[in-house]
Amino acid sequence: MTDTRTLRQGTPRAFTARKIRRGRKALAGYMFVAPFMIVFLAMFALPLLYAAYFSLFREQLVGGNVFVGLENYTRAFGDEQLWTGIARVCLFFLIQVPIMLVAALAFALALDTGLTRLKRTTRLGIFVPYAVPGVIATLMWGFLYGPDFGPFAQLAEAVGLSAPDFLSKHLMLGSLANIVFWEFTGYNMVILYAALRSVSTDIYEAAAVDGAGQWRIAWSIKIPALKGALAVCMIFSIIGSLQLFNEPQLMQSLAPTVIDEAYTPNLYAYNLAFVGQEYNYAAAVSFVLGLVILAGSYAFMFATDRRSRR
Amino acid sequence: MTTISKPRRRKPKRSTVLTIGMLAAAAYFLLPLFWLVVASSKTSEDLFSTFGLWFSGDFHLFQNIRLTLTQDDGVFLQWLWNTLLYAVTAAGGGALLAALAGYGFSKYRFKGDRTMFMVVLGAVMVPTTALAIPTYLVFSEIGLADTPWAIILPSLVNPFGLLLMRVYVEASVPDSLLEAARIDGASEFRIFFQVVLRLLAPGFATVLLFALVHTWNNYFLPLIMLNDPELYPITVGLARWQGQAAAAGGSSGDLIPLVITGSLLSIIPLVIAFLFLQRYWQSGLVAGAVKQ
Repeated sequence: MTDTRTLRQGTPRAFTARKIRRGRKALAGYMFVAPFMIVFLAMFALPLLYAAYFSLFREQLVGGNVFVGLENYTRAFGDEQLWTGIARVCLFFLIQVPIMLVAALAFALALDTGLTRLKRTTRLGIFVPYAVPGVIATLMWGFLYGPDFGPFAQLAEAVGLSAPDFLSKHLMLGSLANIVFWEFTGYNMVILYAALRSVSTDIYEAAAVDGAGQWRIAWSIKIPALKGALAVCMIFSIIGSLQLFNEPQLMQSLAPTVIDEAYTPNLYAYNLAFVGQEYNYAAAVSFVLGLVILAGSYAFMFATDRRSRR
Repeated sequence: MTTISKPRRRKPKRSTVLTIGMLAAAAYFLLPLFWLVVASSKTSEDLFSTFGLWFSGDFHLFQNIRLTLTQDDGVFLQWLWNTLLYAVTAAGGGALLAALAGYGFSKYRFKGDRTMFMVVLGAVMVPTTALAIPTYLVFSEIGLADTPWAIILPSLVNPFGLLLMRVYVEASVPDSLLEAARIDGASEFRIFFQVVLRLLAPGFATVLLFALVHTWNNYFLPLIMLNDPELYPITVGLARWQGQAAAAGGSSGDLIPLVITGSLLSIIPLVIAFLFLQRYWQSGLVAGAVKQ
């Protein structure tokens, strides 16, 4: 916002005025937030509580649902399939997210120098995959990777080579990473670019007068100014990559031997619930995954918060 | 409102290397979409026998569209309609709830307001898919699984939208205006609907657009909630066709052009919406990014 600064200056006076009216307006305040909060409790808090309760039971052929305490959780913590999946999405995160964010940062910085032609076109071109549903992105890349009529295979064949099998065991994680890269780099770029545009240009001009080149300005002024926006992109990426589901789930039909039922933790929970009918255990697995994601996000926030604390 | 392109005083020399680099990047991001357009214009034989990144002699796009729209008694149109219905109701309702609550949190002080806001913000962290199975359990318990409500109701919750709306209210609704309206004797709700909502229009449009995309692209939730193909949104429907095509192996050549053409048809509305509503999503992202 252009006017956040003026707003902040006006706050103390507005605050005292608000304080005086507090009693009269409190009720109206509740009325405004009530619809959101009610839906939030019903659609967010309630399912979590119900699933927490549900995860303490086990369905048995004889006797129906039996209370088993934390047994589902001890099973989850010792479940090799689950932890292999978690290790896999962590590896995915470590490879894919740095590449994606560095690329997004590079694109945003390149656009912000104002030195490129066709700026609008390139910005939109890079962003447009965000408007494509993940399902369709995966279907398209699935065809492109394919050995039958994928253009990569066709090109390789035309020059007498055999194309790498993108859907093989060794390349699958990279192929999935490419799909996610394609979908979200532009989104991250737009966030970073937007944050760059809100930095005052005076400081660049002052630096340029002092003899700083574009590289120097990018490194010493722009990237530090992007810290907050990068942190947001990072948090979204942690959440997104550990939850990986759509892409492997759809790729499964193309490479059933490579992507097993527990390829990612989310896919595992889905298969437990809807193929194996093990709803109780699936709920526990969902919780364990949620805890891993929360722990990752908070660890990241804690680390960056401590470093940036003045 | 925020402008994304502010005037730069210096007019620096353009860099050819940087331009070529950016164009190459854009080409990578546009390549699959170009392939999609090309592939949609081919018969299933040409799909396998001609080069994927260029048109074949036989332009079959309109036949493919007709086949897509008539397959399984026109179920594709039903999916398109469902997607539209889910996306518009969930996004519209969600944006309204977010605007009301964002305004409430921004302009009123009441007991527990801080706590409530922090709890909702914390919810942004909870993985949506970890929530999907619990939500399914609740919905099947109350008999609402496999109904449109199972998609619409959970999608009404938009914590990020609430955050954005609050930022917007703080930036664009002056207290003095509210005071003036109160002195005129307007009730709090009348003030909101007749004065505030108008000021919030750009922010509202941003939240609406992102919620629209989110619901339009949703796959996991409808996948687990819905059994009846008549209720599928496009994402689940196309994935089902793709699954059938893959399961049938080489003999399923007929379904593949439908998956491809259906994909093309279903991304066109969103791409157009993004192109025309650029001003909104860009300013929305500025607001979101700057606030951090």
